[in-house]
Amino acid sequence: MQDRIDVSKAARGAGMLEAREIVFAYGRGRDILKGFNMSVKAGERVALVGPSGCGKSTLAQILAGMLRPKSGEVTIDGKPLPKKGFRPVQLIYQHPEKAVNPRLKLGKTLTEASSPDDALLAALGIEKAWMDRYPAELSGGELQRFCIARALAPETRFIIADEVSTMLDVITQAQIWELLCDVVSARGLGLIAVTHSAALAERVSERIITFDDKNSPPIK
Amino acid sequence: MKKLNRRTAAAIIAAAILAVILAIYIGGALLPAAAIDADFSQKGLPPSPGHIFGTDFLGRDMFVRTIKGLSLSLTVGAVASAISAVIALAVGLTAALGRGIVDHAVNWFIDVFMSVPHTVLIILISVALSRGAAGMLIGVAVTHWVSLARIIRGEVLQIRSAQYIAAARGFGKSRLWIARRHVLPHLLPQFFVGLILLFPHAIMHESGLTFLGFGLPPERPAIGIILAESMRYISSGAIWLAIFPGVSLVILVLLIDKLGSLVRYLLEPREAQM
Amino acid sequence: MNALEVKNLSLEFLMYDGGFARRYLRVISNLNITARAGEMLAVAGSSGSGKSLLVHAILGILPKNARVEGGMTWFGEPLTPALQKKLRGREMAFVPQSVTYLDPLMRVGRQVSRDKAVVGGLFDRYHLDAAVARQFPHELSGGMTRRVLISAALAGKPRLVIADEPTPGLSPHLAEHAMKHFRELADAGAAVLLITHDLELAVRFADEIAVFYAGTTVETAKASDFTDENRLRHPYSRALWRAMPQNGFKPTVGVQPYAGNLPDGCLYAPRCDMRSPECGQKIPPPRAVRGGEVSCYNAR
Repeated sequence: MQDRIDVSKAARGAGMLEAREIVFAYGRGRDILKGFNMSVKAGERVALVGPSGCGKSTLAQILAGMLRPKSGEVTIDGKPLPKKGFRPVQLIYQHPEKAVNPRLKLGKTLTEASSPDDALLAALGIEKAWMDRYPAELSGGELQRFCIARALAPETRFIIADEVSTMLDVITQAQIWELLCDVVSARGLGLIAVTHSAALAERVSERIITFDDKNSPPIK
Repeated sequence: MKKLNRRTAAAIIAAAILAVILAIYIGGALLPAAAIDADFSQKGLPPSPGHIFGTDFLGRDMFVRTIKGLSLSLTVGAVASAISAVIALAVGLTAALGRGIVDHAVNWFIDVFMSVPHTVLIILISVALSRGAAGMLIGVAVTHWVSLARIIRGEVLQIRSAQYIAAARGFGKSRLWIARRHVLPHLLPQFFVGLILLFPHAIMHESGLTFLGFGLPPERPAIGIILAESMRYISSGAIWLAIFPGVSLVILVLLIDKLGSLVRYLLEPREAQM
Repeated sequence: MNALEVKNLSLEFLMYDGGFARRYLRVISNLNITARAGEMLAVAGSSGSGKSLLVHAILGILPKNARVEGGMTWFGEPLTPALQKKLRGREMAFVPQSVTYLDPLMRVGRQVSRDKAVVGGLFDRYHLDAAVARQFPHELSGGMTRRVLISAALAGKPRLVIADEPTPGLSPHLAEHAMKHFRELADAGAAVLLITHDLELAVRFADEIAVFYAGTTVETAKASDFTDENRLRHPYSRALWRAMPQNGFKPTVGVQPYAGNLPDGCLYAPRCDMRSPECGQKIPPPRAVRGGEVSCYNAR
């Protein structure tokens, strides 16, 4: 893997999402991540593979700018992630039913970040009739489509898909990944697929980063 | 006839209770003060078709007095619980949004507050504010917010940690926007039910306090005053003077309580209803 | 020997519609499974396929607004609510999914069994240290919790063990271990009913697999049939097979219909490429095809 980036180049690192020497611990607990490095280019699809509990989801939140690491930094285009405003790195979650407000009709949820155009909705297989429904009335696969559409705002540069299909059956899983990969490549976005399944990673990514052990993050 | 299902029945009963409460309130407000002028020709009559609750030692109709008393109780209860609920909202939100030290401090304060008996505290406040309506109102209002504040705090903490809130932050939404869009819709039903359930407490405390002489002044047609007066006549056999107003008060309190639980049931997610 | 037989089971819930009207929502229709002593039957299906509800129906722990039709038998005897109550936690054991089923304030040993000798024996068998018995649930790791839950289920010497999604959240290594434990139970003579959506693990450890779709069984076949698309009978089982990442990752269009939205006739018909006019009439009854059982008019 060619993950070590020349520092002089990284300063300009346009179109790159980079994590450098990330160390993280919850509260005063032990370090979950000890100096993790990775980078993803725009238009690239990378998979992060490891068993549950290995720190993948924590890393996903750090890459999205939702958690701040104890040390190390995440940069986009060579600059630190913005602290305020729209996050250019959007996270899609494992449980879509928790990622939408159960009391809001889905039409409202969908337009929270931007107003996705009809072409995108059609590409994601979102039906107009679903807009007036509440989350409890749709299945996990259908809700996940909304979460994907919501995350695909014009300012979005990278998508992190954190076990987005783990709770879905294999057919829906294949559906979701097919449309996610299509949309991401059509827009030239970078994709980080976080998963426990090596077979899935093989299918959806161009490059795989493995978390082999809880305490020793990768990069060989 | 087809048997009504629970949800429909709940809505009908709630509407009926609300109608009764409104009737008492409006009735009490509309009845002219002259209706309870002294009429010595009618002095001390037991219940009869003309005076269904009987009359008192000044010949005043007890039914009219009771309605007027309940109406006043409702007014006091409404104002006191509204103030209380607002305090609860402010305290609950402060605790939940402040977190850390603020949360600890507020919780400690709530614990201390709960360890002091309500009645004693209300009497102290009321006396300190030279008794009267205002003192009692404030006394009741500032002692009833505690449990609702706790509920609001818990609710907000739970919603705050929801993933859809994290997502909204990721879209660059402001705190205010998130509060309006996501927190408020969850909080309002809780707040509303809590407000209704504060009502009976406030009324009971108001009447109790007035009965003990620390509440509303004797010239007001309050239930507490009626009951206090009636006590003097019980030994002489005029038990209707105490029983009818007393039972009416209890029924009103139970009705409001029932209304609260019905509203809570109706606001529950449909999946939880059978 | 048939330990548990579920025949033509239907399950409906009384629910509220939009306003004040209510109606029955059908969540399980014409469902059939047979769990045999000494064998492991895996029930595979997506969420919403009725797997968990089936478990609740078998254990007799459905909520009050549920209406059950159809028959369940326990070693040939009708499985009545009274019998369910008698068997539950004893001859019929349930291995839940998560730690939340353990009492956080009670030492682990006592939750497994009051009988110390029984606890000792079970802990020995599952390589749990004797000291674990004196610990509290929060002190256990995920893998240990799983073994404690299995021990607790086995303390009553069950003849039927029902495991609800025992593997999600486990590393492949631990998942394999958990499956081995269940395999051993079947080999020791118990009937094991494994609820899962991980077809891959089911294929490796189970004897038979029943595929659920929208609350009905579409196919029951030997686990080994699931290694080759051409040995499968039902179009949905084939679609599942094709969608697995290791077998092509090909999605099939459409979504599983949910309760309240079920089509007439075969529940898979709207998505099926083999559909014929009769499919829209009635749910196909199960029939034997090539050594398996399939609910499809057109399967060969």
